[in-house]
Amino acid sequence: MDERSRNEKFERLFVAHLDAAHDLARWLTRDERNAEDVVQEAFLRAYKFLDGFRGDNARVWLLAIVRNTYYTWLSKNRMHGLAVPLDEENMSAADSDASYAGNEASYSVDALLHQKDAKRLINQALEQLPDEFREVIVLRELEDLSYKEIAAVAEIPLGTVMSRLARARKLLLQHLQHVRQEA
Amino acid sequence: MDCNSARTHLDAYVDRELDMSGTSAIDQHLASCEACDAVFSRQARLRRALREHVTYHDAPPALAARIRARTMGATPARSSKPWSAYLPRLQWMQVGAAVAATAVLSWTAGVQYASLSEDELVAGQVMAGHVRSMLTSHLTDVATSDQHTVKPWLSRKLDFSPPVTDLATVGFPLLGGRLDYLDGRPVAALAYQHRQHVINLFVWPDHKSAGSVATQTFAKDGYNVLRWTDAGLVFWAVSDLNTAELKDFAQAYASAK
Repeated sequence: MDERSRNEKFERLFVAHLDAAHDLARWLTRDERNAEDVVQEAFLRAYKFLDGFRGDNARVWLLAIVRNTYYTWLSKNRMHGLAVPLDEENMSAADSDASYAGNEASYSVDALLHQKDAKRLINQALEQLPDEFREVIVLRELEDLSYKEIAAVAEIPLGTVMSRLARARKLLLQHLQHVRQEA
Repeated sequence: MDCNSARTHLDAYVDRELDMSGTSAIDQHLASCEACDAVFSRQARLRRALREHVTYHDAPPALAARIRARTMGATPARSSKPWSAYLPRLQWMQVGAAVAATAVLSWTAGVQYASLSEDELVAGQVMAGHVRSMLTSHLTDVATSDQHTVKPWLSRKLDFSPPVTDLATVGFPLLGGRLDYLDGRPVAALAYQHRQHVINLFVWPDHKSAGSVATQTFAKDGYNVLRWTDAGLVFWAVSDLNTAELKDFAQAYASAK
């Protein structure tokens, strides 16, 4: 591929998927500056490996690069304690309650979402999810990817996509209920 | 199907990832099990809330410039200069053609119709937008009758949030939504169907007229156009339907919102 057609190919990919790449990186890093570093690094990689991309789903290819770049970046920066895990024990204890609490829970969450600061609360709930759950929610609800596409981006089996999404939503609901109880 | 099995597959059901037999098995179970149905509605509400409220972080223009400089070098193709710097929330490939068409139209409008009012000029653009969408079969960027998909998609791409309601029950099913460029700004375009006719409804914030202005009608070349304003937004409906039917549509849309 000569440089010009190579640049044209890259430009198409770049314009079409820059926002998605940035959005994913922003939600993974939870920080604008770090997100921009990750996106820039990811596109440098994409540019380098452009000739190797023959598939038909550029978005999946690119988001997979963004995700890998993030995890490489994370392992270099782990000492700074950037990943803040949830209180897993606490969460799993409440787990079975929440999934069967039916009406009660749905009313309270519904009420919560009608509050004026619903936007802040729900962004906060997503932000505090552990990486592996946050990323599947972002890929599904913000990027609107199918399970198959999520499996390709996150390099996990289809069944794991389903169980992670289910778990992620449970954790989100629990978080929103905790917030409500504290309010 | 029992409750355990239903709940295991509930997320895939909410995400429309089950095959037909799986979907109908859950449908049947939910119809007969109140507890599972409550869990399902909670999931559906959470999903809507996420799609409506979670912030979509578009890339800042400076980042695009930096990456271009570091990849394609200092000599990117001229045409690839970021329009998006000026229209940051828009994918410029989608609107590029529309921008060009509007530019040409405004220019001819300026020459030929210097005596027309501002609204008449916009009405011309609205008709052109309608015809363009039919000519290129580019009616929708998001083709779905699900208003809860269309609205957040548009809100993410625009700096305002247009009301989106499926009006299938009153004879105007929603076909989907897309972006267009009219009156010098990115706008929401909703496509509705009525019998064999398509209605385009363009929506954007209205800063000119204060309060609600009476509905105005325009007609040209077999197309009818209605204009009204509501709650700070201006609405332009255009179709080859007759004015009475178009008014019915406007009425249904305004009262459903």
